[in-house]
Amino acid sequence: MAIITLREALRQALDEEMARDPNVVIMGEEVAQYDGAYKVTKGLLDKYGPDRVLDTPITELGFTGLGVGAAFGGIRPVVEWMTIQFGLLAIDQLINNATKYRYMSGGQFQVPLVIRGPNGPAEYLSSQHSQSFASYFVHVPGFKVVAPTTPYDAKGLLKSAIRDNNPVIFLESEMTYGHKGEVPEEEYLIPFGSADIKRPGKDVTIISFSKPVLMCLEAAEALAKEGIDAEVVDLRSLRPLDHETIYASVRKTNHCIVVDEAWPQCSVGSWVQSVIQKDCFDDLDAPVELVAGEDVPMPYNHRLELAVQPTVAKISSAVKRALYRS
Amino acid sequence: MRPLKLYDKAFLRPMLEEMVLIRRFEEKAGQMYGLKKIGGFCHLYNGQEAVCSGAARAMIRGTDILLTGYRDHGHALALGIEPNRIMAELYGKATGVSKGKGGSMHMFDYEKGMWGGNGIVGGQIPLATGSAFAQKYKKTGGATVCYFGDGAIHQGAFHEAMNLAALWKLPVVFICENNQYGMGTAVGRASSVQDLYVKGQAYGIPSKMVDGMDVIAVYEEVKAAMELARTQNQPSFLEIKTYRYKGHSMSDPAKYRTKEETEAYLQQDPILLLKKRMEEAGFLTDEEYKEIDKKAKEIVAQAVDFAENSPEPNDDEIYAGLYA
Repeated sequence: MAIITLREALRQALDEEMARDPNVVIMGEEVAQYDGAYKVTKGLLDKYGPDRVLDTPITELGFTGLGVGAAFGGIRPVVEWMTIQFGLLAIDQLINNATKYRYMSGGQFQVPLVIRGPNGPAEYLSSQHSQSFASYFVHVPGFKVVAPTTPYDAKGLLKSAIRDNNPVIFLESEMTYGHKGEVPEEEYLIPFGSADIKRPGKDVTIISFSKPVLMCLEAAEALAKEGIDAEVVDLRSLRPLDHETIYASVRKTNHCIVVDEAWPQCSVGSWVQSVIQKDCFDDLDAPVELVAGEDVPMPYNHRLELAVQPTVAKISSAVKRALYRS
Repeated sequence: MRPLKLYDKAFLRPMLEEMVLIRRFEEKAGQMYGLKKIGGFCHLYNGQEAVCSGAARAMIRGTDILLTGYRDHGHALALGIEPNRIMAELYGKATGVSKGKGGSMHMFDYEKGMWGGNGIVGGQIPLATGSAFAQKYKKTGGATVCYFGDGAIHQGAFHEAMNLAALWKLPVVFICENNQYGMGTAVGRASSVQDLYVKGQAYGIPSKMVDGMDVIAVYEEVKAAMELARTQNQPSFLEIKTYRYKGHSMSDPAKYRTKEETEAYLQQDPILLLKKRMEEAGFLTDEEYKEIDKKAKEIVAQAVDFAENSPEPNDDEIYAGLYA
């Protein structure tokens, strides 16, 4: 199997879906002539031309709304936000239009739209470019939200997102575009609503999504040396959420922590924490702890910015507390 | 006033009938709101009928697409959507155009090109560029008409959409229905310029002011703009000056304007103007007009009966239509 970067996996997914369906178009800031701010769309302008790969002005509200309206008309737009942070300027078009037109028209509209871009903290970007906004979208009925960690998941989920007839928010991570992994030559799709056990284990369940999954795996390897066998569940899909896989793991290990790099209040992590404590109450031998970002804006200073995010050490400590081994 | 002489009775009479129907429909909606049959926000179109009726005749049914704001009952009627289903929507009934899930602000008929009905000021404007993008990309031959009020023109959505429409050469006609008040705020208190049409010129888009009390002027200008859109993918912007007789919504007594002002506009009522001019041209007698008005009242009464006797949506509708 080929080993490729997550960036290349995303590019392959876009390429394959554009080849498959002439109604798939890409629009966003610098996606065409510049090959994408993170080079995810590299070469697609040359291959598919300017009618299908469109550079937009820096007007997120305008071009996102245009994408929603085009989706009403049967186009399958993949709208790239240079970062999900800029999406705050566009969020009205998604929340009030993309997730509402089908419902409030009594089911007459379809909105086959994908919004994609990097979410969450990167490095040295200070407060306005290092925010994880997953919960802004997961909160809203009508969206589907996915956040892959590996190249394999990214490709399979992006292909499913493009074929979905609903608005899909596809959350990437700037820090993992260069992350490598195995991706098969043959075509595959990954359905939404399916979490993946990235490392099986019997003692404790660690649940996370996106970039922190990599830290969870690192923590699990370190914990293994101390005789703790951790199971790492990668949610992959945040809405719909794979309750079955989560609960099956918790019922097996009886101990669980959740890791989310977002702020703790009303986050995806705190929601997952709450559903486990409600539905697996009798299976738990300890409270479900949430390892979250600190409840502050991101500082620029590198030592401080690392200190406010989940780390391998914080994850390991939380696991030990859950197992009463601290 | 544009001359009537280019048009025959077969063109003018249905247009007059439609405008009278819209007026009577809105009056009845207001009454039923007073009786608490209709709830929530309800924005009536009385006084603005010439805008949607004139423009509708420049649209190709089933090909062109219309998006508007929350004052949308007239636009739905002008696209030929059955009054029964519109009234039922106001009642929140299962037989409504949006199955009772949209209400007054969200009249939808996808196939007939009625793409809402948007409750966020200016929210429909970027959508309209998207609709036009799809029409151009799929070569449907159609164009999109996007209505909004004078209050929406200061939203970023308007400016971002105008820029994209011009930049990407999209077949869309932007129509600002300038009824002179954004809720209770007169245009002059919200806009840095008095003539709103000039804002289109900033984007290199052909822009004009149109008399919204003259249905013929509206028809001719929208028709020309739609031709530009269809044949050259050239967007246009029309500021159509009109006036709403009622408050912004049902809860607004409109104390921010004088009786004299409203009276003056009633003298140039778009329905009375068309009626008078058709009479002068020999296309209409007083007797015929009374017949038109009687018929409109009957249609509206039937719509109320239909809405009254329609079922409420079932509980299984709560989760229906959320995901495709």
